[in-house]
Amino acid sequence: MAEISYRDAIRTTLIEEMDRDPSVVLMGEDIGLYQGTFRITADLLERFGRQRVIDTPISELGFVGAAIGMAMLGLRPVVEVMTWNFSLLALDQIVNNAAKVRYFSGGQVDVPLVIRGPNGAGVQLSAQHSQSLEALYAHFPGLRVVAPATPAEATGLLRTAIRGKDPVIYLENAALYSMKGEVPESDHTIPFGSAEVVRRGSDLTVVAYSRMVHLALDAARRLADEGVEAEVISLRSLRPLDERTIVESAARTHRAVVVQEQWRPYGAAAEIAAVIAEGAFDLLDAPVARVTGADVPMPYARNLELLALPTSDAVVEAARGVLYRK
Amino acid sequence: MAKRAARKAGRGAREAPGAASLRETQPDLDSALHWYRKMVTARLFEEEAERAFRRGRIGGYLHVYSGQEAVAAGFLAEMREDDIFFTSYRDHAHALFRGSSLGETMAELFGRVDGLARGKGGSMHLFDVSRGFYGGYAIVGGHIPLAVGAAYALRYKGGDQVCLCFLGDGAMNSGAFHESLNMAGLWGAAGACPLVVIVENNLYAMGTPLEGSSAVTDIPARLSSYAIECRQVDGMDFLAVRQAASRLITEARDSGRPVAAEARTYRFSGHGAADVFQPYRSKEEVSDARRRDPISVLEDRLREAGLLDDSGIEAIRREAEEAVAKAAQFAEESAPPPPQELHRHVYGEGV
Amino acid sequence: MAEVIMPKMGDAMTEGRVLRWLKQPGDAVARGEPIAEIETDKVNIEIEAEWDGTLAKIVVSEGETAEVGATIALIARPGEAPREEAVEIAPPAKPEEGPEEGAVRASPLARRLARERGLSLRAIEGTGPGGRITRSDVEAAGEDTARQPETAVRAPRGKAVDQPLSRMRQTIARRMTESKQQAPHFYLTVSIVMDAALELRDRLNADLADEERVSVNDLVVRASALALAAHPQINASLEGSSVRLHGDVNISVAVALPEGLIVPTLYGCDRKPLLQIARESRALVERARGGRLKPEDLTGGTFTVSNLGMYDVETFIAILNPPQAAILAVGAAAQRAVVRGGEIVAGAVMQATLSADHRVTDGAQAAAFLRDVKRLLENPIWLVAERGGDG
Repeated sequence: MAEISYRDAIRTTLIEEMDRDPSVVLMGEDIGLYQGTFRITADLLERFGRQRVIDTPISELGFVGAAIGMAMLGLRPVVEVMTWNFSLLALDQIVNNAAKVRYFSGGQVDVPLVIRGPNGAGVQLSAQHSQSLEALYAHFPGLRVVAPATPAEATGLLRTAIRGKDPVIYLENAALYSMKGEVPESDHTIPFGSAEVVRRGSDLTVVAYSRMVHLALDAARRLADEGVEAEVISLRSLRPLDERTIVESAARTHRAVVVQEQWRPYGAAAEIAAVIAEGAFDLLDAPVARVTGADVPMPYARNLELLALPTSDAVVEAARGVLYRK
Repeated sequence: MAKRAARKAGRGAREAPGAASLRETQPDLDSALHWYRKMVTARLFEEEAERAFRRGRIGGYLHVYSGQEAVAAGFLAEMREDDIFFTSYRDHAHALFRGSSLGETMAELFGRVDGLARGKGGSMHLFDVSRGFYGGYAIVGGHIPLAVGAAYALRYKGGDQVCLCFLGDGAMNSGAFHESLNMAGLWGAAGACPLVVIVENNLYAMGTPLEGSSAVTDIPARLSSYAIECRQVDGMDFLAVRQAASRLITEARDSGRPVAAEARTYRFSGHGAADVFQPYRSKEEVSDARRRDPISVLEDRLREAGLLDDSGIEAIRREAEEAVAKAAQFAEESAPPPPQELHRHVYGEGV
Repeated sequence: MAEVIMPKMGDAMTEGRVLRWLKQPGDAVARGEPIAEIETDKVNIEIEAEWDGTLAKIVVSEGETAEVGATIALIARPGEAPREEAVEIAPPAKPEEGPEEGAVRASPLARRLARERGLSLRAIEGTGPGGRITRSDVEAAGEDTARQPETAVRAPRGKAVDQPLSRMRQTIARRMTESKQQAPHFYLTVSIVMDAALELRDRLNADLADEERVSVNDLVVRASALALAAHPQINASLEGSSVRLHGDVNISVAVALPEGLIVPTLYGCDRKPLLQIARESRALVERARGGRLKPEDLTGGTFTVSNLGMYDVETFIAILNPPQAAILAVGAAAQRAVVRGGEIVAGAVMQATLSADHRVTDGAQAAAFLRDVKRLLENPIWLVAERGGDG
């Protein structure tokens, strides 16, 4: 086990997969000469050349669409969107082509495409650069959506994504890039649709993904001081969703809190709450609680921004709520 | 307006620089007869499809290609077996020209399990990847980036195949067109994008005339923004199209650069089967255009060359009618997709 | 065949639990004879046979809950076959499981546990938001089926014990919370010089048998009753958007039981002589302590007197006993310096604090009432005098 940062986990995996398979190519804005806005692709242009590390114009619709065409022809493009906010410009390509072409062709093509980049709020990036779009993408059949919380998850999920047959929405989080963690050496993969129980507990289940896993773990430590043992699940993949692990845990603890950074209405937590209600209805002792970001465009001012984001305090509060504690 | 549009429809014929004389295309005359047969068959196929739509056998949208046959026929005739192409939703003739079975194509329109896409795509999403047909797409302009990326992939993998991308004049105002052809131009500069863009200019973006939808109607000028050379060709003349196609495909193959053609053509039917009244154009305009029916134009050339006479025409027609009737029969008898098809092909299997 | 039904034993009672059957099927029963012990949210009481005959069938077994009005047993009248097979039981008006059960707020887990343990959700007090019954409520209710221990549970040294609320405690908790949250209370305190009243009590008791003795509390009840008759606005309750002025003066007397507080009612106190009040009060307290209160003992109160004088409490403030508009909290009569005829002398001073519902009455009205109580106790002849024409 080596301890590396989330950023290096992604970068190293890209390098390893490119070394392993010449059909893997990288595309995106400023990933080559500029070396990547978040330096995920630092030095890769030099290492792999222009053919495989393709700097694109600022044309999300164009380059995401081109990557889909490449994937249909058997390449394995890994596209960087500078942030997921910009992916909205490519939404038609992702939704109408990447997600569906296998289906409406009656299974004649694969689309082994990875689109990756930071999702969610940064620090004072304001309304257009702070969005969490996982529920949007997880809505569409044909897409796979993953959101690693740790360097190990980042590695394992990226490798599975690159080697797969389907378009994968790979959601990073800028606040995690510098986070260090142990990554298993050699060919570590994480199958999609398998969540991990990252903390065992018997009093309630906290379901989270990406950065929210760390909030959940922090909350769990504080709840332990109150004598409450929270189980924390890192989903890792939102589509497919590991319903079994979630339901099994909620059925055992009888209470669940779901944490998401994105807005509350129609969010991932709503889906997860519904899964729990469907799968563990008779075993719930409280309604599933949601901890979410504020239902507003992200404000710029730091104090307002902090108010708009979920906190571990909010997770603790929600946990007390489902436990009927004051 | 109608007259002006009709004049414009003919303009391509008068001005097309690549208008081919019989002499120049002489070596291809034998195969021209073959393509004449295919064009007649495609026309009858479309007429049968329209009837089947009216009978309720075909659901959803139905966009037929009648009138534009020479464009797809001319380019697909010049494609190599390992070349590939993408097109929009007016895609039936493209599949047929490329050799897809009439029965399977019609079955797809009928939504049957023997359809090209197992009845899951329908009229707008014909696919026959085994023949290099990477699909019909239903969002105007949405397939252009795919074709650009596909062209890149072909060259990346080291082959010399080309990718053809058919699109309508209406698609030229979509962001996808501009974003992706700009990239094609960039990549082409490095010889990495063997793409042939074929603008099938049928003068209308649905019901909006070209000059009502494009601030600049000079299509080659628009493509030149992306360093893509564009030739104009009479889209009603198979031989002319084919000649232009031959040059363009060779150029793209040799240079790895994108090239383009503007084929002036005309759609005889409505935009879709629901476009019954066609208020945007007059009946006279349509009947004027029909005087230069691409099938008649080719027929005349073949008669001139002594390769075709009335009885030959009649025989080809009868043969095509039979083939189309058989295709319709096949589609009719094909089963609807079984329920388990519903969830198949959402994701790759064995992952 | 006569039905024995679950009797309604209080305004708020919707169901009761059969604690114990005192008769078994086949046993002869006589009218008026206790046949079962029932637990309600307030008391445990015996219910009596209304007919002579034979207990034919027990419909609701021990530990089970039945809605008010539901048949809990059948008595075969003389001449009827006591055989069970011959008995046709009308289905209970509201089945245990059904749409009504669905109206109870309970978590799905609580529902499931209750089902598994054969507990009715209606019998369980919910402590969750909006009264939602949660798992812990069902578990507590399960433990409750056994009667509460008589002696207080003690936590081991250095540790805490979580004792589930008994049903009585749950009811008190709910009613007192409601009262304190919903009724705007205001409070008035007077000091009452009780020397004359105590002297009257002593003189009366000197001639009375032990079981007929008069207590200070009886004097307070009688004084309150007379004052209430003159101040109908205090003998009142809020009913929706109107104030109900009660025609009778029925005084609830707070009785402390090991399990909690209970407030049985003395009826018509303004029309009963002091000695009758004393007699009835004593009997009522005994029934309460014996868990033998009758349904009517627990309803109908229009005013409450709560007395902690026996614990030497001098003054305290009571929470209104809803829907009543006022409650009088009475402390001990203690020796204090009082000024009498310009001189400081020793006197027995008792403090009485009236809590009143500001939605129903105001300070001046309450003060006038309290002044009359004070006058009656300081000049207690009126507590025993008969006013002409005062029915």
